[in-house]
Amino acid sequence: MITLNVNQKSYKVDVDPNMPLLWVIRDVIGLTGTKYGCGVAQCGACVVHLDGEAVRSCVTKVSRAEGKKIVTIEGLSQHNDHPLQRAWQEIDVPQCGYCHSGQLMSAAVLLRENPNPTDKDIDAAMAGNICRCGTYLRIRKAIHLAAEMQRKGK
Amino acid sequence: MKQHSAMKPTNFPLKTITVMAIILSVIGIMTTAFKARVSPGGNPESSKMKRDSLASVQAFMDVYKVLMSPRCMNCHPAGEAPLQGDDSHIHIMNVQRGKDGTGLYSAKCSNCHQPTNVPGEHTPPGNPKWQLPPGDMKMVFQGKTARQLAMQIMDYNQNGHKNKEQLLEHAHDTLVKAAWNMGEGRTPPPLTHEEFVAAWNKWIETGGYAPAE
Ligand code: FES
Ligand code: FES
Repeated sequence: MITLNVNQKSYKVDVDPNMPLLWVIRDVIGLTGTKYGCGVAQCGACVVHLDGEAVRSCVTKVSRAEGKKIVTIEGLSQHNDHPLQRAWQEIDVPQCGYCHSGQLMSAAVLLRENPNPTDKDIDAAMAGNICRCGTYLRIRKAIHLAAEMQRKGK
Repeated sequence: MKQHSAMKPTNFPLKTITVMAIILSVIGIMTTAFKARVSPGGNPESSKMKRDSLASVQAFMDVYKVLMSPRCMNCHPAGEAPLQGDDSHIHIMNVQRGKDGTGLYSAKCSNCHQPTNVPGEHTPPGNPKWQLPPGDMKMVFQGKTARQLAMQIMDYNQNGHKNKEQLLEHAHDTLVKAAWNMGEGRTPPPLTHEEFVAAWNKWIETGGYAPAE
């Protein structure tokens, strides 16, 4: 049995310690907001926070997450009102939407560590999150807007 | 300060003092250069082997072959992004070194690089310490000649502040050893780890000489 803390709730899961965290989150715990894209750390669809870092859950063994705090897109905010989520809505960022839980989880780490990111900072943080629909320009715009909201305390 | 003004050199002819100062600083510089090349921060007397510039340079040429192989050089890039693959292309996603060498924001090394290798080709190799050299001590290998790289490694101020003992120890570091356990599809360095350690030790113990340009 492995005990996991996901979105501030404790779960006991009976799985192989080598199982990727993504599988456990989606198939065992049933939180399907986090997506599977490539399975080899190349696309960013599966990003969750592990003790605050934007790890790729498809290559992270569940054993690495034991005793750590996991946050998925479902737990990013209580009422879907993280500045990034509001900016995403306002600018209508997603197209198909598949990549965006990963995009948001990556962007959240950027904004936490750099409340006023430049385009270059956004590139450095986000270049590993692939969007096959090409919503990159709206993602950039929304991160700037969210940063502004966050700075103004809105 | 008061003590200094008490030592005004009024009793010595200015010329003598100047000459003495020059001689002293020349000796000082020579000693520093000698120590820096032979035994960075360590005691030259502790060498088990005899100083031997020919053997030393020869051993370094083997060391150099390893350090310039993609498995070592890819994480000692000249730019801010690590390199990837046997052709040492820039790491996809153009991930950045960051201040401490562990990446930036949501693109930190250990977000993808796990404590162990991920199975399969084109998957992230792993190590618990995975990172680049930090921004204030880049330890660049890419583009260095054998002479430049030897001088850099022997320079305490460019080698991550390692003295002789620490340099010898470094060949056994888990991240250095990871070069020989890089997962599927990556060509290992041209020497085995044992051969590398032997050449590394020999280079340092025989005086840490840099090859001529
Ligand atoms: S599914 Fe994890 S990075 Fe693509
Ligand atoms: S919105 Fe479709 S993949 Fe990004």
